[in-house]
Amino acid sequence: AMDTDLSSQDRKDLDKFIKFFALKTVQVIVQARLGEKICTRSSSSPTGSDWFNLAIKDIPEVTHEAKKALAGQLPAVGRSMCVEISLKTSEGDSMELEIWCLEMNEKCDKEIKVSYTVYNRLSLLLKSLLAITRVTPAYRLSRKQGHEYVILYRIYFGEVQLSGLGEGFQTVRVGTVGTPVGTITLSCAYRINLAFMSTRQFERTPPIMGIIIDHFVDRPYPSSSPMHPCNYRAGEDNAVYPSVEDSQEVCTTSFSTSPPSQCVFTVTKAHFQTPPPVVTDTLKVPVMGLAFSHQLSSSRLSYQPAALGAGSADMGYPVLFAGGLNAAHPHQLIAPGKEGGVPPVPSQPAHGTQADQERMCTPLDGVHYSAATPSSSEDTETVSNSSEGKCGSPHDLLETIFIRKVGAFVNKPINQVTMANLDIPFAMFAPKNVELEDNDPMVNPPESPETESPLQGSLHSEGSSGSSTGNTHDDFVMIDFKPAFSKDDILPMDLGTFYREFQNPPQLSSLSIDIGAQSMAEDLDSLPEKLAVHEKNVKEFDAFVETLQ
Amino acid sequence: PLSTRCCAPSSAAPTMNCRAEVLEVSVEGRQVEEAMLAVLHTVLLHRSTGKFHYKKEGTYSIGTVGTQDVDCDFIDFAYVRVSSEELDRALRKAVGEFKDALRGSGSDGMGQISLEFYQKKKSRWPFSDECIPWELWTIKVNVVNLANEQERQICREKVGEKLCEKIINIVEVMNRHEYLPKMPTQSEVDNVFDTSLKDVQPYLYKISYQITDSLGTSVTTTMRRLIKDTLAL
Repeated sequence: AMDTDLSSQDRKDLDKFIKFFALKTVQVIVQARLGEKICTRSSSSPTGSDWFNLAIKDIPEVTHEAKKALAGQLPAVGRSMCVEISLKTSEGDSMELEIWCLEMNEKCDKEIKVSYTVYNRLSLLLKSLLAITRVTPAYRLSRKQGHEYVILYRIYFGEVQLSGLGEGFQTVRVGTVGTPVGTITLSCAYRINLAFMSTRQFERTPPIMGIIIDHFVDRPYPSSSPMHPCNYRAGEDNAVYPSVEDSQEVCTTSFSTSPPSQCVFTVTKAHFQTPPPVVTDTLKVPVMGLAFSHQLSSSRLSYQPAALGAGSADMGYPVLFAGGLNAAHPHQLIAPGKEGGVPPVPSQPAHGTQADQERMCTPLDGVHYSAATPSSSEDTETVSNSSEGKCGSPHDLLETIFIRKVGAFVNKPINQVTMANLDIPFAMFAPKNVELEDNDPMVNPPESPETESPLQGSLHSEGSSGSSTGNTHDDFVMIDFKPAFSKDDILPMDLGTFYREFQNPPQLSSLSIDIGAQSMAEDLDSLPEKLAVHEKNVKEFDAFVETLQ
Repeated sequence: PLSTRCCAPSSAAPTMNCRAEVLEVSVEGRQVEEAMLAVLHTVLLHRSTGKFHYKKEGTYSIGTVGTQDVDCDFIDFAYVRVSSEELDRALRKAVGEFKDALRGSGSDGMGQISLEFYQKKKSRWPFSDECIPWELWTIKVNVVNLANEQERQICREKVGEKLCEKIINIVEVMNRHEYLPKMPTQSEVDNVFDTSLKDVQPYLYKISYQITDSLGTSVTTTMRRLIKDTLAL
């Protein structure tokens, strides 16, 4: 550059890059927590609306929330943009999982080329963000959300608040990009209490089920912005929110490898779509109307001869940048919208209504369903007369459907209750014990007040109806799993242990084969004696019989 | 010792250093392919751009790179790759060959697969072009055999966690913003990028692998060139 200071055009471009980088960062993070696989197409022809040459869709609500949080500001020193990801159970308990922080520090790189190098490095950083969002523990949690819990996001701007993540949270750095006004840093701090559980699978001590109390406290900082579910989209037909639209801001980039004597700009049309006719608080079509083209009247010419500076990775990048829009261009798209565009997650949702508001996940993959007969292991006392279901265990209150994992229990004795792990919150982080009958059953307060037994497990019927209202349903899924937030060494829970033991009561000794056989042998041995005694008393017996007639 | 380059060795030593990164994983046999694809795709995600379109007066525009999530079947893991079926096919082909070689006789389950990014430097006739590597990723693989289903389940999770670490390592390297080839003019673009794909444009790369036998010596050295015109003169 001719100037050593940042030219005003450079400054404008840089601000724009940072702004859209922040918006795209939020999109990537929230979309990675929607619970579904993301897929966008590559396009060899630039459309002009794909910032940083990456196909990242813009969910309008998310953009709206981000812009609201930023309120026209940009990340600066002490003013960071944070995306908080948290989990909320169907009982209304919530827990922060991650804080993604986009920060700016004071370390400036005056030499760097804004329009080219910064832009490309921001693109690289977004790719890193795409990769990293899949490797923190919350990703797998978010893929399994829908029944027991949902994943929420909240965007705030200002000071980073990490206290809600619990002790020992870990940090992963996504990357940094130096700019003439400071260094952009993107990182994630994530709770590891969950991840910690996965290392306990090698412990042979039975897992202690407890409630981690600190997970259920109210948020230390009242939310300045409401929480939003990541998978906000309801059914397709009556969608309250418009479908994902292309970015409505133009990002026109054109690069040059030769020293242009004149300024040449590539002009691309913005792709504006008429919003569907629904009430929305999202970006509206600009005042100017639909597609438009603009000419950049002032040009910025930047050419750096290749001879400059060996060792600089940026040498020889003559750049002609046509990005950014004229400041005079009236394309501000922030439309004053309705408040609360996203439905708040109900604090005590019945299972059914929750399905209305959030997208329900399909039944979890990899779980095979097989209806077992009502006769559980406790009912295999064939010697006795006990009929099925009449044993004294609480199982007679339930007809149980056992979920089995294929091939997992081949070596187990038949008369042991074998239950597979259903995917529940943090189940993947729960210890996988070698002996599965050591698993704690999860004890949930029953959803319906009519529930008779506090020992009923999760009452979710895994049928497609998605509604379970307590014991009015005869079909219950008896799930053996770890309760949410329950892994805590500090607070042992007797109920779980009790339930576990109670669930597998030992067989009655009189009914075991050995003892039965033994007594039968004894009976047979003592038979001649008894017969002799009876024969001796036959007269008395006959007299007795006669009195009966 | 890595496989030789496809090009004639240059008479002068390369003037730039090629940075090298090594990753190691221990996986079960059926996890080899997915683990390798996860790492290779993650690297190539960072080393691919949109297609360049050169216009008059030396300007060019860049196409758009799409991405997609991939779930692994044998590992509790998911990763992001570039949305390009051609690129995916090329990687699967190489990884498939690597996996077959690992299973072949003479292998005790140890090997390594390498992804090398290079630039071509044209030489005058009769000399062939030089290939100058600027970044080399090596994944060392140790195949383990597991006895029962429980061990396999644990392995699914452990390998998933390990791959998470590898992704973080890869991103760390990418974030160093070290040497990248400078953006080429239209006449030079094929010396820097692989322009043969229709939707994305990775830097020129080649994948090779080798298997060690139980003696620890390299038995098989195989080169698979995935650029059609690397040898074209």
